[in-house]
Amino acid sequence: MLSALTQLLLFQLAGEVIARGLALPIPGPVLGMLFLFVALVIKGGPDKELQGTGLTLLQHLSLLFVPAGTGIMVHLHRVADEWLPLLLSLLISTLATLVVTALVMKLCQRTPATGEAS
Amino acid sequence: MTQEINQIWVYLSASPLLGLTVTLLAYQGAFWIYQRSGCNPLANPVLIAVSVLVLFLTLTATSYETYFAGAQFVHFLLGPATVALAIPLYMQLKRVRSMLLPVVAGLLAGSLTAIASAVLVARLFDASTSTQLSLAPKSVTTPIAMGIAERIGGIPSLTAVLVIVTGILGAVGARTVFDAMQVRDPAIRGFAIGIASHGIGTARAFQVSEQSGAFAALAMGMNGALTALLVPGVAGWLIVI
Repeated sequence: MLSALTQLLLFQLAGEVIARGLALPIPGPVLGMLFLFVALVIKGGPDKELQGTGLTLLQHLSLLFVPAGTGIMVHLHRVADEWLPLLLSLLISTLATLVVTALVMKLCQRTPATGEAS
Repeated sequence: MTQEINQIWVYLSASPLLGLTVTLLAYQGAFWIYQRSGCNPLANPVLIAVSVLVLFLTLTATSYETYFAGAQFVHFLLGPATVALAIPLYMQLKRVRSMLLPVVAGLLAGSLTAIASAVLVARLFDASTSTQLSLAPKSVTTPIAMGIAERIGGIPSLTAVLVIVTGILGAVGARTVFDAMQVRDPAIRGFAIGIASHGIGTARAFQVSEQSGAFAALAMGMNGALTALLVPGVAGWLIVI
């Protein structure tokens, strides 16, 4: 677990350093994910430890959003003042995004050009 | 006796131990309820845990700053967890390769829809400019969205909350939406939920199937990067017109 966690942190660190050093608009952890992905492709897969620790961490991904979510208590005022636009914006936009993404993918998958039509 | 309890409380409420412990307790309780409900999306563990914590902090008159001093240790793990998303992604590499066109097209269409519809609907209902800007990156994962909000003049901590609510809405509603649309491919279901509702959607997708989860992780990562590139231009433009 220790070596796996160290690996994850090193990739994140590399991502942060390069994103900030080159002033890239992409956040460090996302760049770190990209680097790890490339490393896995080159190495032909994760070692057992990295796979175990990584998947355990992802199993409890929802937990990691709880501290930020609790921040809603700081914004109760604004939320109370603008609840209608906020609620409608989030509802409509989330629904629209789900529908548009799924629809576009479904249509593209049917295109014979992909050779994967089902 | 009361005074002693009071002293213990004064000590505990100022140490990071309490914030960290109540976060883990609230989440485990919420996850237990979620499992007991047969993983019903309405019993979303983030939603339950956050509600319990807000109630607890309000009742004990604890400030969010004090709470976060402890909870930040959990919050910090978002970084390494984002990096770890490369692992399920690698495991689905073959399937991703065979779906390159739908993946790229879905990403572009979904990412633009998420940004534009959030800003436009808020504008239509007279939300303030800073609220509109805080909404623009709402479909990407918390650390990325907060960074974007900061750069374009939104309120990062408000964005963090909007991101979480978006995640919960997607995780709760996706199954109904996909069933109504007759979208059955776990890859498409996963990818769309990852685009619309980032890590919380991804967490939900992993609970449904490994393949859905991997595609959600892919979508979340790609959308994080693309939204970071798109939002400054698109949101700025939408607010001016």
